[in-house]
Amino acid sequence: MEDIIKKIQLNDLHVALGGKMVPFAGYNMPVRYSSDMEEHKTVREGVGVFDVSHMGEFMVTGPKALDLIQKVTSNDASKLINGQAQYACFPNDKGGIVDDLIVYKFEDEKYMLVVNASNIDKDWAWINQHNTMGADLENISDTLSLFAVQGPKAIEAVQVLTPVNLSEVKFYHFTVGEFAGVKDVIISGTGYTGAGGFEIYVKNEDAEKVWNAIFEAGKSYDIKPIGLGARDTLRMEMGFCLYGNDINDETSPLEAGLGWITKFTKDFINCENLKKQKEAGVDKKLVGFILQERGIPRAHYPIVNAAGEVIGEVTSGTQSPSMGVGIGLGYVKSEFAAPGTEIAIQIRNKNIAAKIEKLPLYKK
Amino acid sequence: MNFPKDLKYTNDHEWVKVEGDIATIGITEFAQRELGDIVYVEVETVGETIASGEVFGTVEAVKTVSDLFMPLEGEIIEFNEELESAPEVVNEDPYGAGWMIKVKFSGELPAELLSADAYAELIGA
Repeated sequence: MEDIIKKIQLNDLHVALGGKMVPFAGYNMPVRYSSDMEEHKTVREGVGVFDVSHMGEFMVTGPKALDLIQKVTSNDASKLINGQAQYACFPNDKGGIVDDLIVYKFEDEKYMLVVNASNIDKDWAWINQHNTMGADLENISDTLSLFAVQGPKAIEAVQVLTPVNLSEVKFYHFTVGEFAGVKDVIISGTGYTGAGGFEIYVKNEDAEKVWNAIFEAGKSYDIKPIGLGARDTLRMEMGFCLYGNDINDETSPLEAGLGWITKFTKDFINCENLKKQKEAGVDKKLVGFILQERGIPRAHYPIVNAAGEVIGEVTSGTQSPSMGVGIGLGYVKSEFAAPGTEIAIQIRNKNIAAKIEKLPLYKK
Repeated sequence: MNFPKDLKYTNDHEWVKVEGDIATIGITEFAQRELGDIVYVEVETVGETIASGEVFGTVEAVKTVSDLFMPLEGEIIEFNEELESAPEVVNEDPYGAGWMIKVKFSGELPAELLSADAYAELIGA
């Protein structure tokens, strides 16, 4: 069953565009069209479009919608106003994280949860298991396409396609409007790149029309399709977590630096234990680091202190296309987590000097 | 994709060009495409004699790291220093300016090396 690779709606279009398709999270996804570095640069300096239709979407509706969301997520969704979105995680009952997600509030009894593709089945089972209050749940993952239009020129490039004033869609806010002649498109001030722009959710049947309209409108801005390769390097430069790398069923949100989305103003799954952990302090912390010598950190490489003792492990790493140096994220013992701390990454049995840096690693 | 007829190939996607008892070694066009943008080629084995199939260095792309394997046994006599500052040459010209090492060897090629046609078949080109 797990071996069946799903196709996103525009699979054939990506192949025709020269996309190299690779299995990712159970879907065939474009990893790159031309070059990771060029695509990365396009998003940092111009505008590019990711097809991230593999992401999962659950509708949570009815009088008990907020109760369920409050119980299963770490952030406080009661603070949301209509048209606002919120980053959160599903804590599990053993101290770890089921998934990280974005909660969208449409109205009092209507929310959408956007989850990682790799976790759709797990998350769906998890929230159903905890839906003792009887919220209405619908998994609409297979009906929606999601395009992330990202980069400093994103708004000007496609403003012509919609009566919605895109520059007024604030960060982590959204609106539902007409886009490329298609009604009821969700236009969201979110992304995973730190480059600005927005994301749009469209029904699968409208996906091709919307994609083509975006590329037609963006032509004079040299808009380009961007693969998951550049998505990964862009998010690493910002220090954004990737589920499965930097956070997982065993990492606590507090260890992962997600204290800011873990709100003890309300009850949620495992909040008592997390509260105790917060009071006692965590043993290890997720940090970002930049190499001071040539080398490229990769997941699972050991992190050592000045004395050469292992103090942690890399969870994500690459050569930053924007800075031309090795960067990464990883867990270190808390006493080594302060920005400025000199550490080293063990790369093929050599210790390569690195320094803990405040996030984002790439500062414009 | 291009696989020059005068080269020999390995299952690990290296190519070998022989001139007398000197073999020049690099990675194939297929390999560089699969890897994507190459940002670092590390070879610290110059002067060493390494057996066929053993690792002589690593190639790092943005997304991934991959070992480089000796197609034949011999002494590594030269590393392409240009790759230190311009590793992207491996993407641009894998069989020319993107060569990686020169090896002094017995002059006899291992039987398991592949012809251009056999290699193209291996990768389904």
